Amino acid sequence: MTPELPADDLTQSPAGTVSFESIVGHAHAAATLDPTAEPVLTMDNVRMYFPIRSSLMRRTVGHVQAVDGVSFQVPKGGSLGLVGESGCGKSTTGQLITRLYKPTGGTMMFEGHDLAQMSNRQMKPLRKDIQMIFQDPYTSLNPRHTVGSIIGSPLAVHNVVPKKKILSRVQELLEVVGLNPEHYNRYPNEFSGGQRQRVGIARALALQPKLMVADEPVSALDVSIQAQVINLLQDLQKEFDIAFLFIAHDLAVVRHFCPEVAVMYLGKIVEIADRDTLYSRSHHPYTQALLSAVPDVKQAAIGGRRERIMLEGDVPSPINPPSGCRFRTRCPLAREICAKVEPPMLQVGPRHKVACHFAGELGNHPHDPVTARMLGVDNEGSPDPGASPSDIGNEPGFSDVWFDLKERRTVKP
Amino acid sequence: MSGDPYLEVTDLSVRFPTSDGLVQAVNGLTYSVELGKTLGIVGESGSGKSVSSMAVLGLHDPKAARIEGSIKVGGTEVVGLAEDKMRSLRGNSVAMIFQDALAALHPFYKIGAQLGEAYQVHHPKASKKEARKRSIEMLERVGIPQPDRRVDDYPHQFSGGMRQRAMIAMGLINDPSLLIADEPTTALDVTVQAQILDLLQDLQREFNSAIVIITHDLGVVAEMADDVLVMYGGRCVEYGACKEILTHPEMPYTWGLLSSVPDVTGDPNARMIPIPGNPPSLLDPPPGCAFHPRCVHSSKVPGDLCATTLPELTVGARQGHLKRCHLVDSETIYATEVLPEVAPDLAIHLAEENR
Amino acid sequence: MFSFLVKRLLSGAMIVVLVSMMVFLLFFYGPKSPALELCRRDTHGRCGETSPRLEQYEERLGYNNPVYSEYGKWAKGLVQDRTIYIGSTGYKCEAPCLGLSYRDRTLVTDQLKERFPITLSLAVGASLLYLMIGVPIGVLAARRRGSFADKALVSSTLVFSSIPYYLVALLSMLLLTLSTHVFPTVAYHPFLDNPFKWFSGFLLVWLVMGLYGATAYTRYSRGSMVEVLNEDYVRTAKAKGLKDRVVVIRHALRSALVPVVTIFGLDVAFLLSGTVFTEQIFDLDGIGKWGLEATYIKDLPVVQATALVLAVAVVMANIIVDIVYSVLDPRVRLS
Repeated sequence: MTPELPADDLTQSPAGTVSFESIVGHAHAAATLDPTAEPVLTMDNVRMYFPIRSSLMRRTVGHVQAVDGVSFQVPKGGSLGLVGESGCGKSTTGQLITRLYKPTGGTMMFEGHDLAQMSNRQMKPLRKDIQMIFQDPYTSLNPRHTVGSIIGSPLAVHNVVPKKKILSRVQELLEVVGLNPEHYNRYPNEFSGGQRQRVGIARALALQPKLMVADEPVSALDVSIQAQVINLLQDLQKEFDIAFLFIAHDLAVVRHFCPEVAVMYLGKIVEIADRDTLYSRSHHPYTQALLSAVPDVKQAAIGGRRERIMLEGDVPSPINPPSGCRFRTRCPLAREICAKVEPPMLQVGPRHKVACHFAGELGNHPHDPVTARMLGVDNEGSPDPGASPSDIGNEPGFSDVWFDLKERRTVKP
Repeated sequence: MSGDPYLEVTDLSVRFPTSDGLVQAVNGLTYSVELGKTLGIVGESGSGKSVSSMAVLGLHDPKAARIEGSIKVGGTEVVGLAEDKMRSLRGNSVAMIFQDALAALHPFYKIGAQLGEAYQVHHPKASKKEARKRSIEMLERVGIPQPDRRVDDYPHQFSGGMRQRAMIAMGLINDPSLLIADEPTTALDVTVQAQILDLLQDLQREFNSAIVIITHDLGVVAEMADDVLVMYGGRCVEYGACKEILTHPEMPYTWGLLSSVPDVTGDPNARMIPIPGNPPSLLDPPPGCAFHPRCVHSSKVPGDLCATTLPELTVGARQGHLKRCHLVDSETIYATEVLPEVAPDLAIHLAEENR
Repeated sequence: MFSFLVKRLLSGAMIVVLVSMMVFLLFFYGPKSPALELCRRDTHGRCGETSPRLEQYEERLGYNNPVYSEYGKWAKGLVQDRTIYIGSTGYKCEAPCLGLSYRDRTLVTDQLKERFPITLSLAVGASLLYLMIGVPIGVLAARRRGSFADKALVSSTLVFSSIPYYLVALLSMLLLTLSTHVFPTVAYHPFLDNPFKWFSGFLLVWLVMGLYGATAYTRYSRGSMVEVLNEDYVRTAKAKGLKDRVVVIRHALRSALVPVVTIFGLDVAFLLSGTVFTEQIFDLDGIGKWGLEATYIKDLPVVQATALVLAVAVVMANIIVDIVYSVLDPRVRLS
């Protein structure tokens, strides 16, 4: 049993000392987007193929295409959400940024360095700028170390604080994440799940990183504790100006935390947009299905159920992904062209990109592929000698001009 | 017969004596479910929601658990029922499906063998062939493609969604009147979760069974349940019709649950308001209302009533709505203080409705 | 399955060859010369490192030849009849020829044929008892975990297995056969001659070995079973309405046996290569006693034979364990 711990911070205090008003004052509304922020991390066409070897000869017989051509930017001090279902490559993407693996291809520009090309030695000074928060607060903390040494070890490894000052810095950090600073010599098992996640956050915070990769930081926690941790992360982001890559499967939590969200399916980003666009006017059938599948408490309570878009079958194997558009095997809109040509990542609004031949709002998808002409193919996806293909890249970030889906031409605001 | 509850739980307590003391996992729990209806039991880990449902199937080790009160399944008293009689209920008129289908299915046996076994226990005259035929039928019914082939697969050859479907097929193979689903979709992705919830609703319409769905996810409850029971620290703290509870909650813990999960639609200005502190210890529960150490509204109750006296489960401000709370005008507090912060759009909606 | 067997048999053969080479190398370059050892024994110590007699011995046993040529002769003998000359006497040795014992100039292959049935009988009887006594008791204890019976069982197996084995064996022989005749006298009678005599001659040995080894199996299977009984699928089996017995045997035991099988495979392999204490105490002429005596006098061909038995037994046991694994657990694929 977890021993009763004395009051740690505002959110841990006994009743009477904290009123509803004060707790509301510390709770955050959803984060907002700063469109002018410079990117701190730019991922450009990043790929990660894991080789599969045969058992007998150790010959490479194929590849798991875990991440296949992912491009995005994380703005300085802002947050980008990365959502998708299990096996879509979102966690692998996070692990690539912290260089748990060396990517197969692409560039990952961080502060003028290409993380993808760096050796482990070159990475070391950069590691303190990029920290990770893990999903499971039970297995990610060494049970034989005190929380003080867990939080203090990155300080010692990177030599950022003189030895004598480590303890006081650890106590400072404990206080920042809302734990009692006197508890530095306790062991992880003496803390509850939510408190352990705070320890994990303090450890990640110790080196004052510029970028945090948070991989499902709240999904292992009880509902009532999730909100505590999300609020804490929002506090820290504001106070220390940390950029977040927030990886989660929970679309509602991501909506609250991230003003900009990318949706992944089978190793590729299928849609990326600012929050309002993505959650109310998404253009990709997968995003639409995903959103319609999330049960919605407050709406269901007043109006009953929304119409769900049911996806048939299961996610195909990343070893042998479908040709053309990877979503086509489960897509209600799929047509001939989808199997033949891969849809490009097309910017369709000021901060909105989508990879679909039939991109459009729910119930308003076009009848003809919007991408055919620019790809130099006809509506069935066969090469069209009459068409003049234009150059559509897979660049990260957004451009000032975009393709207007209604008028079917490039527009400038 | 419709209208009579199929499952009737009255004043149920489940206690586990341990070397550290008595763990009071469930305390004075009362609820009922009719055929064709769904009850959602909501609570966090350690709230007693799973423990109470395991008691319905008599799955607790009689040496480890002390069970008091009454559980009536189709009129039969289950508490204290002889083991062989209990066994003829299990998997027959009462079935259970579990959270993690990969762990809940035996890794060494083929899907068909596990389903067939469930059928044959309660149909001892059925041959292997008949059991297999019935298994294929059920797999087909829950939407597994090529069931005559997949019946010979092992669980690890199924995807997560298919495993949960197989689990449901196994639960329903003997046409149970009561199905208990313990976090049936927690381990699944949202699109698969939607498929499974849909399937459960379809099947309920077809078989007219009573369903108890245990979950921590209010969203699942909102979509599935007719009634909701909120548990905290082993007790029921709020109980009533689903729509009623979710739109007019009267217990601050339920408010906390509603305000600590963001919505995927709705107002982006909504705040995520956490419940302070941690769930209580069941070994040494707080005196008075178990929620009072975390309750930010207890100052609105005169004196230290919350800390000294356990509130009774009483009828709330509206009909058919039970709550366990000392707050007097909780309806107003929710509408004027809580809702504007957690769902500004709905607060306006509610204000208009009341006008 | 087929390619698995081929692969494993090939790598197993390689291990056996390596072991036989190592034995040769040890005898040729080891700290004590086998020729000197034998010479001293024959002459009651009147044989020194410089005495001309030693040279005779070395020549006779082949230690003055290079190691590879001697190894080659030995290896060739496995597949081809050969004649071994000691001085001017030739001993005909049919394939598979394992050489001639230094001690009494008997054919090692014949000796092995004579002794192996004894060891095999011991191993089969004892290992069956490991499972027949150890596993059921372990399962029973796991089902009544925490009860008085469980605690008593676990602690008594600990007490029993902390008594040295040779003491248990010696005492039971003295008390149960020599002084009280509760059990028939321990002796080997070939099974084919008289199965009843074979059985009664081994009865006590089996019981002593089996009971002593079973205590360990009680603990393995209890631990493994306790773990499995907490698995979700066991709860599912109960929720189906299955009888307790069916839940325990069909659903829990099969999983619980997986780790036990691994230990059992290796145990059987070691039993097959001889049980030194048992054979010594009960005076049974099995592989273990033979190998021990041969080691004392540096009897290369005999040591080589016993080492081969061990190597083959371990290799085969591992392959069989892997196959049993894949039968028990369909997720394990043999490749």
